[in-house]
This record gives sequence, C-alpha cells and structure tokens, in this order.
Amino acid sequence: MNLTEYIREKRKTKDILCMAHLVCGYPDFAANKEVIRIMVEMGVDLIELQIPFSEPTADGPMILKANQLSLQRGTRVRDCLSLMREVSSQYPIPFLFMTYYNILFSRGVDAFVQETRQAGGVGFIIPDIPPEEGEEYFNACHNNYISPILLMTPTTSPQRLSLIAEAGDGFFYCVARKGVTGAQTHLSQETDEFIRRCRKVTDLPLAMGLGISRREDLDYLRGKVDIAVIGSAILRTFEQGGYQALQSFLEKLS
Amino acid sequence: MTTKRGYYGCFGGAFMPEILIATLSQLEKDFYAAKSDPGFWSEYTSLMSSYSCRPTPLTLAENLTRYFGGARIYIKREDLNHTGAHKANNVMGQGLLVKRMGKKRVIAETGAGQHGVATATMAARFGLDCTVYMGEVDVERQRPNVFWMEQLGATVVSVKDGSRTLKDAMNEAMRDWSASMETTHYVLGTVCGPHPFPEMVAYFQSIIGQEVKQQMLQREGRLPDRIYACVGGGSNAVGIFTAFLEDRQVELHGVEAGGKGLASGHHASRLASTDARVGIAQGYKTFFLQDEEGQMKETYSVAAGLDYIGVSPILANLRETGRIQFHAATDNEVIEAVRLTMKKEGIIPALESAHAFAYAYREAPTLSKDTILVINQSGRGDKDIFTIADALGDAKWKEFIIKKARGYESH
Repeated sequence: MNLTEYIREKRKTKDILCMAHLVCGYPDFAANKEVIRIMVEMGVDLIELQIPFSEPTADGPMILKANQLSLQRGTRVRDCLSLMREVSSQYPIPFLFMTYYNILFSRGVDAFVQETRQAGGVGFIIPDIPPEEGEEYFNACHNNYISPILLMTPTTSPQRLSLIAEAGDGFFYCVARKGVTGAQTHLSQETDEFIRRCRKVTDLPLAMGLGISRREDLDYLRGKVDIAVIGSAILRTFEQGGYQALQSFLEKLS
Repeated sequence: MTTKRGYYGCFGGAFMPEILIATLSQLEKDFYAAKSDPGFWSEYTSLMSSYSCRPTPLTLAENLTRYFGGARIYIKREDLNHTGAHKANNVMGQGLLVKRMGKKRVIAETGAGQHGVATATMAARFGLDCTVYMGEVDVERQRPNVFWMEQLGATVVSVKDGSRTLKDAMNEAMRDWSASMETTHYVLGTVCGPHPFPEMVAYFQSIIGQEVKQQMLQREGRLPDRIYACVGGGSNAVGIFTAFLEDRQVELHGVEAGGKGLASGHHASRLASTDARVGIAQGYKTFFLQDEEGQMKETYSVAAGLDYIGVSPILANLRETGRIQFHAATDNEVIEAVRLTMKKEGIIPALESAHAFAYAYREAPTLSKDTILVINQSGRGDKDIFTIADALGDAKWKEFIIKKARGYESH
C-alpha cells in the first residue's frame, strides 16, 4: 500500500492522524527505538526520522540542538538508514526521512533515494528543495516509488500552490505559521482559510504542522486536515520527563 | 521544471524553505525594478559620495614598490569608506532598496563585525530597527565592533550554536527572517546565499572595480596587470574583479584564509585547497568545506571575516572557467603583511585584506618593474587591534589592557 492509500485507509476509522518526529541519534539510537516503540503503542500513525544536519536552517532551537548533539555524538547517515531499516520492518506504520538536501546531494541523490527505499522508508520531507531546483530529486523519488512531501505555507501564492501540488506526492505538509519549528502556533480562522487554499489545489491528504502541541490543537484540526504533525513538543516532553512523560503526553492527545 | 535563473555555471540557485520563497521572489522583483530605474544607480552613487567617501582613492604604494624592487603596487582604499570597509557599498545599496520596499526593520549576520557595523549605521541613517546576529566566538574576538553596533542602536545577538562563527550567525538570521519577512529585510553581507542575493550584492560592490578601471586609466593610461583581493564570502573580490572579467590581459587573484596552513586542516580555504566539495546549504550551491556525508566542517582563520564554510557561487564559477586564480595565505604571512604595510606605507589593512597583501607580496619581487599590481584593501585594521597586538606580542599594549581592566575592577 502506498502512503496516500495508507492515510486514506486509516482515515476511515480515525478523524485525524498523528505524525510524530524524532531526531536520529538524539539522545542516542537506543532511546530512539524506545521512543518509537512508545509512539507506535500510543497510536501514532506516521513517524518522521530526522537525519541530523549541521545547518538545519528551518528548525528552531530545540531541534537545532538535538541535531548538533547527535552529530557531536558521532551519528552517521548509515546509522539513520539502519534505524529506518529496523523500525520499518518492525512496525506496521509508514516511516519517512526528514533532512536537508545536502545530505542527499552529498551521497548522490538517486543512490540515497534507493537506499531509503531499500531500508523501508516511504517518503522524504526536505524543506530546502523547492520544485524549481529539484528535478533530479523528484525524478529519483518517482523512479523509486517514494513520496517527496512538499510544504505549503501561508505565504505561498495560489499559482505556486498549484505548482507544488503537481510536484509533490503522498501528502502535503501545510505549515501552520511563519517561522521555524518549536514555537507555539495559534490556530485561527486564518488557518482555516489557508487550509481551504491548499484543499483547492490537491486531492491528496493534508498534514498540518509547526507548533502543534496540545489536545486543543488536534481538536481544532479534526475534520479540517488529515494529519497533525507533532515535533518539538514531543522532544520537549521527552527531555523534561523521559519515557513516562512522553507516554502520558501521547495518551492525552489521542 | 528547472529554471536556471540565479545560476553561475552550475553554482547558485535558491534552495530555500517554502515559507521564504515569496519574499525572495518579491525581493528579486524589487531589485530588478530598481536596477532598471536609471535614477536608482545615480541616487546610490550620490549617496555614496556624500556619505561614504566615494570614489575611494587608488594609492600608489611607492615605498613598498621600492622595497620589493619589482612590480608597481597600487592599493584600492576601500578602508576609507564610511565605517571602514567595502561593506558600506552593499549595505547602503540595500538600504535604498529597503526604503523602496517600505520595510521597517533589517537583520544581518556578521563575522568580523564590519558588515554588522555597516548595517547598524545604515539602519541609524534610514531610521530602521536593526538586529545583528554574530557567532559567540566572533563576538569575543571583535568586541570593538560589537560596541559600535550597540552604540549605533542595533541589537547584537550572540549565536551560541554550532561553531559559533559566521555560518551559524547566517543560519540564525535565516530563522529570524522566516518569521519576520513581512516587515523585515535580511541585509545579507556577502555574495552568497540564495538568488537574488549574490547578484544584488555583486551589483552594489561592482562600484569598486568600475572606479579602479577609471582611476587606473587616468593614472597609468592602461589597465593593471594583476589584481589581488581576499576571499571570504567574496564580496570585495567580486566587487573589484567584475569590471575586469572581459579584460583577459588582467590577471585576477583571489586569496583565501590559509589559517595554520592548508596541510594542517585548520583553514577556511574552499577554492585554493582541495578540501572543499560542491554542496547545497544556506540556500545555494557552491564549494563548501564539508565532510564526506555533507556535514559542514569547522573552519579556522585569524580573520573572522574570512572564517566561512562556503564561497560565492560567482567565484566558484569563475574558478571553474579559469578566469580567476585562487591562493591561500597563512595567518603568519598575514600578520607579517600587516606589519610591513604599516611600517612602509603608514596604512593598516584589516586582517581580512592582509591576505591579499600577503600573496601579492610573495609575487611582487619576482615581477618586472613595468608590471602594475592592484591590491584591494577591503577594510581597515584598527578593529583588529586586539588580535594584531597579541600576534605581535606587544608588551606595552598588554600592560595597558591589564591596567584598564584593573581600573574597571576597582570601580
């Protein structure tokens, strides 16, 4: 089943899905595995594994720090591929890689996309590769049956939303507000209007992310988008209270 | 789907998060509109002549010429710009653009602090709010510039992430811009970053080379044989070289930070060493000092302004086409070049600029007397007083600092 079909199938029984995020190798891979086990157990529907990069320009302070510490502790791309291989064969949910384009470019875009596919990954979220620059990337994704998830933002013009809708696949990641990851987002009528604009250009599922952290956020988004993306809030919860806190945080969300 | 706008050969582009794409394309529109407005360049040159000492002089370095006994050495005096460096050219140009765009706030990143001081100055002059991002390491080694930025009314944010130098300051400025782009313009300080920044900064800095050409024809009746410029991001180099790209008889030499020597691994040399590889980061494609997985390495230079992982896509392309040759000068050579330039000419080059001097000094004695060299002195060295005094081991300076510190302690 491909990513879009999985989301549609799941949505038949759930009115909003949850995509969680973690940084590979932070605090270490053993912790990653335990966190993923808890996430799956608590009903998380998709997981993005971030391959750390030294220049994560689209990330806020929490994830930035996690990237740096992971790299300092020696995380390599092959370790992230191993984690992908292990968890994607262990759990019945889709796993995606989130990272920055230089990680792919450096390894060879096509080679990296193939390796990801072989490791069981089904999609990529690469914030710094706009449609205009990504011919090689989009071709590699297409040829390897892997979904390039593109971002739609409140500043994207209607014309450009159509361009993005044409280039992306799997689902679209709607960015709830301006800025980087981590800060609280205020969901409002403006968000609804933005979702309407995104809906207009695609039939594929929509995810909403950036600053989504509370049960109220999910309630607000129910029926409006297909997936809520929770990133920094998970990291913050885990850092402050460990596995236990993470478990009860996810419990409260569902 | 691929458009080649904003590319120099295979380098450049705009690899940016979607949230900033609309802002970049609006900036591109506004910049092109200004560029094609005949009044804009004259408004710019008139501002630069009334506010920033342009045209800056082209000084014949008679003593150095005699000392080396070879080529005639000229120095283009960008240090005499207002705020003490070529950075003013770009910043005042972008300031005029900000006025046209109607934005009220500017942000900037800075390494040596010269770009930060220039931006803070421009913001004061145009009545704009200003925040400057600077790596913590650079805040420590360039305190005098931090002092001036703050006095000029800017907020200086010390960036504690990563290697705490220029690249991290650049990332932080990008993050700010992602949230504030409606009211804020990012005054990028060098010919790097996503399109249209390299083109825009090159346009404003091209005033340097245009002046050199005119001045040289007036003084010598011909073009120079060789031009030397230091290369961090590459803005002063692109600025002086652009006017001469078609004049194939003029050799163009870019000099990067050789740090403790290219073999030591402690340097910031992207184009003169074989340590850099093509990559995509901070919004553009160029040569980066990175490991085999694409993670950026820590760089090293005595000169904060050259201590950067990437390099202008314009220069990367001109190296590929063979139009510009690239070299590296070590910290030791640079300090020696500062010392010599001070003693012989009464001119204090910035540590950044001194890289160009150091390499030119290596070549000057071997060249014939009818060869003409131009060295671009991109900035003045008084900002580097702490670093230079340390490097020269000046005991009286040390004593003064200790006394001064004791004075503060007892208050």
